Amino acid sequence: MNIIQEILSRDNLLFMIRGAGMSLALAIGALTIGIILGTMGASAKISKSPILRFLGSLYVEVFRGTPMLLQILFFFLGVPVMYQSITGNALRANPYIVGLIALSFNSGAYTTELIRSGVMGVDKGQWEAGETLGLNYSQTMRFIILPQAFKRVIPPIISEFITLIKDSSLISSIGAAELLYTAQVLGARYFNFLVPLITASIMYLVLTLTVSYFGRRLERRLAISD
Amino acid sequence: MIKVDQISKTFKDVTAVNKVSLEIKKGEIVCLIGPSGSGKSTVLRCIHGLETPEKGSIYVNNELLDAKNSNKYRALRNKMGFVFQHFNLFPHKTVLENLTLAPMQAFGVSEEEATKTGCQYLERVGLLDKKDEYPSTLSGGQKQRVAIARSLCLHPEVMLFDEPTSALDPEMVMEVLEVMKELAKQGMTMIVVTHEMGFAREVASRVLFLENGKVIEDRDSKEFFEQPKSERSKNFLSKVMYY
Repeated sequence: MNIIQEILSRDNLLFMIRGAGMSLALAIGALTIGIILGTMGASAKISKSPILRFLGSLYVEVFRGTPMLLQILFFFLGVPVMYQSITGNALRANPYIVGLIALSFNSGAYTTELIRSGVMGVDKGQWEAGETLGLNYSQTMRFIILPQAFKRVIPPIISEFITLIKDSSLISSIGAAELLYTAQVLGARYFNFLVPLITASIMYLVLTLTVSYFGRRLERRLAISD
Repeated sequence: MIKVDQISKTFKDVTAVNKVSLEIKKGEIVCLIGPSGSGKSTVLRCIHGLETPEKGSIYVNNELLDAKNSNKYRALRNKMGFVFQHFNLFPHKTVLENLTLAPMQAFGVSEEEATKTGCQYLERVGLLDKKDEYPSTLSGGQKQRVAIARSLCLHPEVMLFDEPTSALDPEMVMEVLEVMKELAKQGMTMIVVTHEMGFAREVASRVLFLENGKVIEDRDSKEFFEQPKSERSKNFLSKVMYY
């Protein structure tokens, strides 16, 4: 009993809550950058240029087809080697920035496919209506197709966000103090991993369940104006 | 106004349009009729450039409609309005926004001006009170009237209608045909693909009967309905004019 109270002291809980805050911040950052990358990726995959289409597919396949942990390690350990061999200067990678970049690129690959299928799912008649009203390709895309595509894409984007909250835990492997990392630190300090891991699970659940609750409300709101 | 010269269009292995020629003068109202799959919609879509025929050419005001000459192509297409069977309203925009989007974004009309024109046309189709509603709240007939108004906001010289009443419940057909009739009275040049024989008979100046991608008859509408020449059109009329 004593050990549990000791582990769950105010300071230790604050330490974990800060870790949870970091996880959430990383997930929000990666989702945002991922949506930007995903929009670019989807535009490339839908474009008429075969080169762009190829680059878009290459991006998606590479990031979906390799483990996330490998990608994180590649950005953290591999890229500095590349940097040094090109410029001659050493690069000390910041685990938070590297983690954010790795998560963003990975998420961007999934978001590319989400947005692409969202765009393809918009009725062909919408394109034709834009065309007959004198709107060009990019105007039709911007004012007619994308707003409808984004609306369709919101539910899967929310589940992508939940995935990111969980996957941000992989960044603990490169020493970024996010939620799982703080649990491991406490576990090692008190020679008891059970309590910190259960606490971390509860905190992850609070985050993910809150997101999915607000996600469902948003979906219902969007359904009204449909 | 519009001249179609020997166009052909094939989808995969099916020849939808086979060497069709026709000419439409300013102020004429021409109905394209015929059985399903006769190629009438494809002809109409080719005229607007929604489909590109493999062979033949299309002239608008004596100028060749050619996708390679993109500025002129755009200018010629903008002379034509198009109304779809399934309306194709923008579901995420209000009725008024549906009307003002293209004038403002594609033609640089000010919001004030676009709104004024939009309201004017909504009034004409009797839907001004719906201007702030979303399309999903409208009935089929109302949607199609909005689609017609949307097209008119760009001041086309000719209106193309692709089965404008085919997706409607029977009690909605009338209100759409009334709007079209009103438009015809005001002298709009119109090409209408339709199954509404009553409309073709009463409003059209000419009727083109198509079958298997070919124009079988091209005649004054009164004459056509009173005395169809070909066996096929007689047969068709006997089946659709059932009362």
